[in-house]
Amino acid sequence: MATATHLLTEKEATARPALEAVVVRFAGDSGDGMQLTGGQFTLSTALAGNDLATFPDFPAEIRAPQGTTFGVSAFQINFGSAAIDTAGDQPDVLIAMNPAALKVNAEALREGGLIIADEGEFTARNLAKAGYGVSPFEDGSLNRWQVVHFNISQLTLDAVKPFGLGNKEALRCKNMWTLGLALWMFDRDRAPIIDWLKTKFAKAPELAEANIAALNAGHAYGETAEMGAPFKQHHIAPAPAEPGLYRTVTGAEALALGLVAGCQLAGLNMFFGSYPITPASPLLHHLARLKEFGITTFQAEDEIAAVCAAIGASYAGQLGITSSSGPGIALKMEAVGLGVMTELPLVVVNSQRGGPSTGLPTKTEQSDLYQAVYGRNGDAQVPVIAARSPSDAFDCAIEACRIATRYMTPVILLTDGYIANAAEPWRVPDMSAYQPFPVSFFETPPAEGEGVMPYARNDDLARPWIRPGTPGLEHRIGGIEKAPGTGNIDYSPAVHQEMTNIRIGKVHGVANSLPDQEVCIGREGARLAVVGWGSTFGPIHQAVRRALAKGQDVAHVHVRHIWPMPKNMSVLLKGFEHILVPEMNMGQFKTVLRDQFLVDARSLTKVSGHPFRIAEVEAAIDAALSGPSR
Amino acid sequence: MNDITPIATTTAKDWASDQEVRWCPGCGDYAVLKAVQRTMPDLGVAREKTVFISGIGCSSRFPYYMASYGFHTIHGRAAAIATGVKLANPGLDVWIITGDGDALSIGGNHTMHVLRRNLDCQILLFNNEIYGLTKGQYSPTSRVGTRSPSTPFGSVDRPVTPCAFALGSGARFIARGIDVHKNLPEVLKAAHAHKGASFVEIFQNCIVYNDDVFASFTEKQAAAEKQLWLQPGEKMLFAGGTKGIALDRERLALKVVAGDDPEVLIHDPANRSLAAMLILMPVEGYPIALGVIYENPAPTYESVVVEQNKAAASGKTPDLQALVAKGQTWQVEKEPHRI
Repeated sequence: MATATHLLTEKEATARPALEAVVVRFAGDSGDGMQLTGGQFTLSTALAGNDLATFPDFPAEIRAPQGTTFGVSAFQINFGSAAIDTAGDQPDVLIAMNPAALKVNAEALREGGLIIADEGEFTARNLAKAGYGVSPFEDGSLNRWQVVHFNISQLTLDAVKPFGLGNKEALRCKNMWTLGLALWMFDRDRAPIIDWLKTKFAKAPELAEANIAALNAGHAYGETAEMGAPFKQHHIAPAPAEPGLYRTVTGAEALALGLVAGCQLAGLNMFFGSYPITPASPLLHHLARLKEFGITTFQAEDEIAAVCAAIGASYAGQLGITSSSGPGIALKMEAVGLGVMTELPLVVVNSQRGGPSTGLPTKTEQSDLYQAVYGRNGDAQVPVIAARSPSDAFDCAIEACRIATRYMTPVILLTDGYIANAAEPWRVPDMSAYQPFPVSFFETPPAEGEGVMPYARNDDLARPWIRPGTPGLEHRIGGIEKAPGTGNIDYSPAVHQEMTNIRIGKVHGVANSLPDQEVCIGREGARLAVVGWGSTFGPIHQAVRRALAKGQDVAHVHVRHIWPMPKNMSVLLKGFEHILVPEMNMGQFKTVLRDQFLVDARSLTKVSGHPFRIAEVEAAIDAALSGPSR
Repeated sequence: MNDITPIATTTAKDWASDQEVRWCPGCGDYAVLKAVQRTMPDLGVAREKTVFISGIGCSSRFPYYMASYGFHTIHGRAAAIATGVKLANPGLDVWIITGDGDALSIGGNHTMHVLRRNLDCQILLFNNEIYGLTKGQYSPTSRVGTRSPSTPFGSVDRPVTPCAFALGSGARFIARGIDVHKNLPEVLKAAHAHKGASFVEIFQNCIVYNDDVFASFTEKQAAAEKQLWLQPGEKMLFAGGTKGIALDRERLALKVVAGDDPEVLIHDPANRSLAAMLILMPVEGYPIALGVIYENPAPTYESVVVEQNKAAASGKTPDLQALVAKGQTWQVEKEPHRI
């Protein structure tokens, strides 16, 4: 979405931004390589200077039975010459690699949109598997759209014939043929993709050559085949962006880089303990390759061991980080409570997915907010931060490291499946502009006759970080209630009250180091504030932008610091007449806002596994403003 | 590695913290605590480099009573916490204090994995065959028929044999000791000398909820007949040398023979099959195997991790600016539109 990197003209800010944007969805069988195709198309789009946002949508099964509707994997990209904040409400172009992909995705296409289908896959058997009685090309069911179909399978086989691949391997090049066609449609450079194929297949040059041939053939097909009006070449001008060096980044990549940066700014080695879970695993994969930054990655035997090992590492003087998704976070929570009690720094990343229980492993949701804010035994408050976009995950990760080390506390960082997998252009940050926050370990032994004080307090109410190995400071910590100062076991009534007050006071005190909550667009005190958090940023932002263009008195407030919230939050919220909280859950942040500020926050909820569409938020804004003024 | 600071000589007293010990009077834990405090000065280790990490249970209060670093964690997770501690600082000397419920029930998974990974640490499992801290429920090592508040008609599930669990998990050092036995310090020293995960089962008497559960082999009159103290390279003799252990080749099992029988086995701690038979020796008619049952060193987990991290990092500069700019990039040159 790259909002931070965009300075819009007045015209752009008020126009319906869809004019110069196109939404393309690639859909096929999970084995068709659609995510790869989408990823490479994204790269070429970014290199062409368009702003973009993507939405990979894939099944939980790795290889669902071929040709079935539940095995369909799709990748949607929205790109354009103006700021792009979402992956797009409705695709303009659908590329369907088989009948099932068409069946699942056609309805999402805007009326009059273009369908490109591989008729080679529209066999009687595949049609039946997708639940088509007759071919949709013949029964008029696709009349709302423009349809072009040709035999991509055969065209691919012809293109790679010289390389002597087996039929199965040859057909695997279909996605590159399709990509070639898409590159032609949007006037994209093939060179970076060719370079990438050469690297990817460095050990099998004939596969590289075959894929390149397929790519070129798809491109040439677009250029030479005369298919008439719907099928034409589009040129999307580059989006205006602040000068600088850009790259594309997914949320998982940005998060990994941000955690590395956070540890470097703190001057600490990183210990990353994790257990595989969708959609959080990519973080472990990224960090496992970065050993030169003083990173130890530990694939633990379970979620509990992952967080416990991270706590052990923090105790020993590294920054312990653990990562999971909702079900795994649930398992970690007892240990997070230990982190609260022993007051050790810890970063817990939750890449949220649809719940409860196993829920929707590959679909996005924001329904772990209660879990993050309230989900532990005892009065065990921890700071909670939420990333709004892939690139924002970078800064949020740094912020989580800063708070964890400065306040000696576990911090929960919320992201979600959408952010983790989505890609967007990212202006490469200048790391010298980031203020380091070096950690100092406490190493001064007590004076003769005095005891060690592991639970002494500084102005932030943080306790000293004393590493085992430090002479003269031997002490014991644990999960049992303890006396102030000495940390000796003590669960007398007054001590528990005092220590609870201190622990909570410390977390609330984090607000002292937070910037004021800003209004993204619109005015303070508007009739309606649309208050969001996390990955709903894109649709809310675009919807509010459209509302402003219509002359509605609306503002967009997007909250990064969920707990504690910035100190001006109460005054800010109370200045608005109405508050609308769109979130991909059944109203969790709304509850927190009501509880904390006694404001009449209203919900717009959605738990379909898909992000909000702009139009849905727009409609809710209209509805909220249709009532009488207060 | 090149640390040349001499380690100050210590006494048992130096290893005792100022905290009042709060176990029940007569608890076997006192004896183990004394044995550990007595052993530490002989190990040539520094207090500041020593960390005792425990889970939850009576025995897990142990770290509070040691004048070293200590971490009293959560139920069953000491091994997982210890793994993080040791990976973050391999120079620390890590002791895990746990019990039968902590290590084999709620924390069974972590016990298995810390053993198969071979983290360099000492694991002291205080086995009293009962849940003491929660007031006497039967535990995963309780014998069938154990009557307890949660099993008023007797427990029906069969117990786990801790050392067999350890061997099956890939442990490279397995030993047994008895809380009040004079040999315990020797067992602890051997465990400490072993590089890797050293698993020590200590038969510990719970005077309140399971008194005398091990009396059949721990009480004085029975000791000679029922305790087989193993010594590497020595004959497996007990009952004052009058009896020995030999291999019954027909049944592929161990048998008791006369002490002077030429077939009496010599203890080879590296022999895994023999260790398995010693651990699972039947109760009736046999002594219980004590001391170092199995020892067969292998590279430690943390040393291999550190080595691999080093190799993976070698020749690479940790340049954060270069890292964030990695991959395919493009330059935007033109001036932005301004509002």
